[in-house]
Amino acid sequence: MTSFEAVIGLEVHAQLLTASKIFCSCAVSVGGEPNTRTCPVCLGLPGALPVLNAEVVRLAVRAGLGTGCAIQPTSVFARKNYFYPDLPKGYQITQAELPICLDGQLTLDDGKVARIQRIHLEEDAGKSIHGDSGTRVDLNRAGTPLVEIVGHPDLRSADEAVAYLRELRGILVTLGVCDGNMEEGSLRCDANVSVRPLGQDAFGTRVEIKNMNSFRSVRDAIGYEIDRQVGLIADGARVVQETRLWNMDLARTESMRSKEEAADYRYFPDPDLPPLHLDPAWLAAQRADLPELPAARKARYQQALALDARTAAWLVEEPARAVAFDQAVAEAPALAAPFAAFLMTQVQAQLQRSARPWPELAAAMPALLATCGKWRGGQLSNKMLTELLQAAFADPARTLADALAHAAAQAGAVVSDDGALEPVLDGVLAQFPAEVAKYQAGQRQLTGFFVGQVMRALGGKADAKAITALLARKLGG
Amino acid sequence: MTATARTEACLGQIAARDAELGAFLHVATDAALARAAALDAQTTPPGPLHGLPIAVKDNIAVAGQPLTAGSRMLAGYLPPRDATVVARLLAAGAVLVGKTNLDEFGMGSSTERSGFGPTRNPLDPARVPGGSSGGSAAAVAADMAWAALGTDTGGSIRQPAAFCGLAGLKPTYGRVSRSGVVAYASSLDQVGPLARTVRDVARVYAVLAGADPLDATSADVPVTPVQWREDLAGLRIGVAREHLDAAEGLDPAIHARITAALAALQARGATIVPVTLPHTRHGIAAYYLVATAEASANLSRYDGLRYGQRTDRPPTLDALYTRSRGEALGDEVQRRILLGTFALSAGFQDAFYLKACRVRRKIAEDFQTAWHVCDLLLGPTSPVAPWLLGEKVTDPLAMYLMDAFTVGPSLAGLPALSVPVGVDAQRLPIGAQLIGRPFDEATLLAVGDVLQRAFATEAA
Repeated sequence: MTSFEAVIGLEVHAQLLTASKIFCSCAVSVGGEPNTRTCPVCLGLPGALPVLNAEVVRLAVRAGLGTGCAIQPTSVFARKNYFYPDLPKGYQITQAELPICLDGQLTLDDGKVARIQRIHLEEDAGKSIHGDSGTRVDLNRAGTPLVEIVGHPDLRSADEAVAYLRELRGILVTLGVCDGNMEEGSLRCDANVSVRPLGQDAFGTRVEIKNMNSFRSVRDAIGYEIDRQVGLIADGARVVQETRLWNMDLARTESMRSKEEAADYRYFPDPDLPPLHLDPAWLAAQRADLPELPAARKARYQQALALDARTAAWLVEEPARAVAFDQAVAEAPALAAPFAAFLMTQVQAQLQRSARPWPELAAAMPALLATCGKWRGGQLSNKMLTELLQAAFADPARTLADALAHAAAQAGAVVSDDGALEPVLDGVLAQFPAEVAKYQAGQRQLTGFFVGQVMRALGGKADAKAITALLARKLGG
Repeated sequence: MTATARTEACLGQIAARDAELGAFLHVATDAALARAAALDAQTTPPGPLHGLPIAVKDNIAVAGQPLTAGSRMLAGYLPPRDATVVARLLAAGAVLVGKTNLDEFGMGSSTERSGFGPTRNPLDPARVPGGSSGGSAAAVAADMAWAALGTDTGGSIRQPAAFCGLAGLKPTYGRVSRSGVVAYASSLDQVGPLARTVRDVARVYAVLAGADPLDATSADVPVTPVQWREDLAGLRIGVAREHLDAAEGLDPAIHARITAALAALQARGATIVPVTLPHTRHGIAAYYLVATAEASANLSRYDGLRYGQRTDRPPTLDALYTRSRGEALGDEVQRRILLGTFALSAGFQDAFYLKACRVRRKIAEDFQTAWHVCDLLLGPTSPVAPWLLGEKVTDPLAMYLMDAFTVGPSLAGLPALSVPVGVDAQRLPIGAQLIGRPFDEATLLAVGDVLQRAFATEAA
C-alpha cells in the first residue's frame, strides 16, 4: 500500500491590538450593543472615505520583523469585491499584489523551518447573526484591523501545523501585535490541506478548512482531513477542491462550497488610499525596538538559566507567563530552574482547577517565588506546600498574592530542630527494628521510609532534610 | 446688499423659473432664510463668502438635507454630516440655497439621466445644460444662486459651465477634499465651483482648496493666492493640434471662437506655442474603462440593505440585491456598472482595466512633455454647442464622445478651467478650456480672468 504525505499551509488572521479601527476612529472592542461602534466610514455611507490608522502599520511591521519578513517600502491597498450583508461597502479593503511584508519564516522546536509567504493588512467585516426571525447584521466589528499571515505549504502533519501556530502566536503576543485569543476569534486560522504519495513532488488537490477556534480544533481538523483524503484516494475516489468547515461536535469536516462556485473578486488598487510608503529611518527604529522573541528567550532559559527544553518551551508558550517569570527570577537567578519547574507542575496543577486569571498570577509571581524558596529551603514540606497552594487558589476573597501570604501564615512552621525531631525518630526506630537492621546493613534507600514515618507522626509538617541528617547521625551514615 | 436680500432674490428666481428648468432637487428655503438672517445679525468679521447664496450639487452631503446623487436608489436618504467642502463654505459665511440636479451619480453629459427628471438650459430651455453638474450650471445661469458647487470626473463642471455661459473650475486632483462627496470614480472625482466670472470662481475655490485629514488623497500642497494680471507678457500658451486643428467633429463656430480667444491673449502679450498630445484619441476609451471600473466598486454599497431603496419581499438574498439595484438604478448607471465589472473581471482585467491605466499614464506623459514648452494649454471645452433634449440620449457612444477634450486633464489629474468666450450664430455659449500644471490653479485663474474680460470688452 502506498504511503501518503500531508501538505499543509496555514492562513492566519490576527486582530491587531489598536484602540481604533483601521480606517476610522471608532473604538475596536469585543461586544457592545450591535451597531453602536460605527461611523459613516465603517458603515460605508455615501461619501465616507477611509483614512489609514498609523498604529495599524506599526503593528503589521512588527509582525513582519518578528517573523523575519522583508518589510516592503511600498505597499498598496486593493478592493476585494463581493456582495454580503455584513460587508457594508460591497468590497473589502485589503492588500493584494503588493503586501506590506514578504518572505519570512518560523523555526519550529525541532529545528524545522516553515516559510511565510506574506503578511498583508486588511479590514474585518461585520457579523451576520442568524436567528429564527431572520438574519441580522452587527457592524461593530466592521473595519477592525487584521493582518493575514499566509504560510507556504511547508507543514507535513497536524502536529507541525499546531507547532507553527503556537510559534506564530507567541511572536505576535510578545510583540503586542495581537492578544492571541483563539476562542474569541482575535486569532483565526484556516488550513489548506492536501495529500500526495510519499516521494511525489506535485501537490495533491487542496482543501481549505475553516472554523477551527482552538489549537485542539486545528490538530483534530487537520488530522481528520488528512485521513479523509487518504481514505478517498485509497478507495479510488478523488479529492474535490473545496472549502470545508470543521464541526467540533461531530469531529469532522463538512463541505461548505466548491471551487466551481468560487467568486471572481476583481481586485484592483483602492483609489481612495494612496500607496503606503515607509520611511527607512522609521523602519530602522522599529527594527531596533523589538523585544526578545520566544525563540531567543527559550534558548536563554536553557543556556543561562539551565532550564530543560520542555519547561523552557512551556514558559515561553504564553508570553505573559514568561515576562512575569523573568521579572520574578531577576533577583534570584539560582532559583530560576526549580521555580520554573514549580510553576509548570505544582502551580499549573492548581491553575487548571481554579478560575484565577493570568494577570493575577503574574502579579503573584513574587509571592509564588517566595513560597517556592521556602519549600526548597525545607521550611515547607511537600504536603504543606500542596495544602498551602490549594488553600490560596481556592480563596475567593483575596488576590492570589494575599491568599498565598495568608495561607503561609495558617500553615505554621515545619518541625526542624533536633530537640523536637529526636523523640519522634527514636519512637519510629523502636517500632521498626527489622528495618533499622537492614539500614545498618547498607540498605540506605530505607531513608525515605524512616523520613515518611516521622512525617506521618508529625502531620506532614516536618523538615525532611533535618530528619535525614538526624537519621544519619543516629544510625551512622 | 444684505444676505437676506440676496437669498430672497435667489429664492424668488427659483420660484419663478425652476418649475420649468428643473435645476433643484431640494430647495432649502427656510434653512437659507434663517441662515441669511443670522449672517445679517452677525457682529463678528464677515467671512470671504459672507451672505452669498450658493447651490450645492446633490452628490455632496449637506447635513439635514436629502442627498440623492440624482438616484432613486437614495430617495429619502439624509446624510449625518456635512461634506468637508460644505463645512468650508459655511465657515466662510455662505448661504446654501439647495441641492441641484445631476445625471445619476454624475454619470452623464446632459443632466437628462437624473432619476428625478432632466434639467433645462436657462439660455434655451429646449436644450440641455450639459452635465453632469447641469443643475448647478442652470442655477447660476438663471440667477437662482450666486455660485454653485459641481463635481467633475471627466468634464462634469467644465462642460455645463461652457453650455450655460459660465466659468467653471475643476481643480487639480487632490486639491479639494472629496470627503462627503458621493463617489463615482474616486481617482478622477474633484469638487469645484461654477460662477458667472472667473473672479467669483476663484473666490469660492480659495475657500474649498487645501488638505483635509478626512481624505487620504487630498494633497498637502500650499495654495498660492491668484496674482491678477493685465498683460500676459512672457506667458506661453500651448495649443494642442488634437484639440483644435486636428480635432474630429469640432464645430467650426467653436473653432473660430477658440482662434479668436488665442488672438486676444496674444494681443495681451502671450506667446502661442503649437504642441501635440498624441494619445488624446485614446482618452475616451481609457476614461470610460477607468471610471466605470472604479464606479462598479463604488456603487456596490447601494445594495438595499442599510439605506436607500429595497425591493419588496425578496425571496432570496440574491433577489434582494439584483431587484433592489435593478429597480432603483437607472439604465446608464447599470450600463456603466456592467462595463466596469467586465473591465475588472478575471481574464479581461489586463486587456481592459490595466491597459486603460497604462494609456492613462501615456496621456499624463503627453501633458508633462507639453509643459517643457508652455505654461498652460488652451482649446475648446466641448466640440459642440448645447444640443436639444433627447437628441443624443438614445446613443450612449455619441454622448461619450462629447467628452473628448475634457477627459484628458481628468485622467492626468490636471486643473482645468472653462471660460465663456462668446456665442455662436444661434446665441449659444461657447467655452474655452484652459489646462494648467498640477496645483497651478493660480495661473489658470489669472489667465482665465484676462480672457473673460477680453471678451466682455469685445461684446460691449
